[in-house]
Amino acid sequence: MIDFDRLLHLQGALIWLPCTLLLYAGSSALHRRFDRAPIANPTLLTIAALTLVLACSGVPYRTYFEAVAILHYLLGTAVVALAIPLYRNARRLRGRWVCMALALVAGSLVSIFVGLSVAILAHASASTVLSLAPKSATAAVAMEISRLIGGAPAVTATLTIMTGIIGAVGGPYVLNASGIRTPEARGFAMGVASHGIATARAFSEGEVAGSFAGLAMVLNAILTALVVPPTVRLLGLV
Amino acid sequence: MLAQLGILMMFQFIGEALVTSVGIPFPGPLCGMLLLLLYLCLRGGPSDDLCDVGSRLIDNLGLLFVPAGTAIVAYGTLFATDGFAILAALIVSTLLAVLIGGAIAALAEHVGSGVP
Repeated sequence: MIDFDRLLHLQGALIWLPCTLLLYAGSSALHRRFDRAPIANPTLLTIAALTLVLACSGVPYRTYFEAVAILHYLLGTAVVALAIPLYRNARRLRGRWVCMALALVAGSLVSIFVGLSVAILAHASASTVLSLAPKSATAAVAMEISRLIGGAPAVTATLTIMTGIIGAVGGPYVLNASGIRTPEARGFAMGVASHGIATARAFSEGEVAGSFAGLAMVLNAILTALVVPPTVRLLGLV
Repeated sequence: MLAQLGILMMFQFIGEALVTSVGIPFPGPLCGMLLLLLYLCLRGGPSDDLCDVGSRLIDNLGLLFVPAGTAIVAYGTLFATDGFAILAALIVSTLLAVLIGGAIAALAEHVGSGVP
């Protein structure tokens, strides 16, 4: 038997997919209009607009997510596709891999230790501090680490996305101000600190920067998973 | 074109299935990406069609983060209590990581080809 109430509910939710696509298309147009300025990040603008709409209309996030789940599924597909630019730019690692490995370790440790220190100094609750520790890893890894160390995985997911946006928006300005211009270094730094969202930003600077960001994202997912659990134990946070 | 999309999704599925069955805490899509990389190395590179489909997806990577990112709408109370600490910690640590990571990565250009 067809449940017409459920069907009607689903059709009402159909508004969210076109809404998301159009808001993102508009944000992208604005981004191009502003010469791809990092501050006009289309992901940030779209999330901000949707948050406002959902909060005002009282539609639960779950309803929204179910309606746009296909986009979330395609995120996984796009991450798989990152192997292609990675393969094409692998030769650029020649003569650079030692520096990239050092940059990975330094960037990852700075992100973890400075993040924990500032959160503790600013009197964040214990659960927030733990949820924040793995934020520079890509969301799925960060959530798993958070669960392992006793944080709140759902909070970690949101903090991870915020980290991605902060890196994608602020990262290019920091790199410009410090005179770091080579695409390999720019991409790698953004990928280490801010995973996929900064990788998207790095791709808008060019394929080389994007590939190095993707590489850094994968490597930092692994490193963060290795470093965070013993670190929080060592610091006596759990 | 559709076949190439199917191939990417198949790698996504295999990656997901592999991490679930082995039980390692690693995201399926990243595992699928590493498997695709292995496949490309064995095959000697991607076909033009696969490149085309891949770059279409990657060009819109920012859109695909929107569903997960909008979850922030559900955390109003958390930001009411810990908002300042969270913002301070995230902004300082992330931008410092970009700066230090970038500075070290940029050294590669000065070290030159002396390094293997």
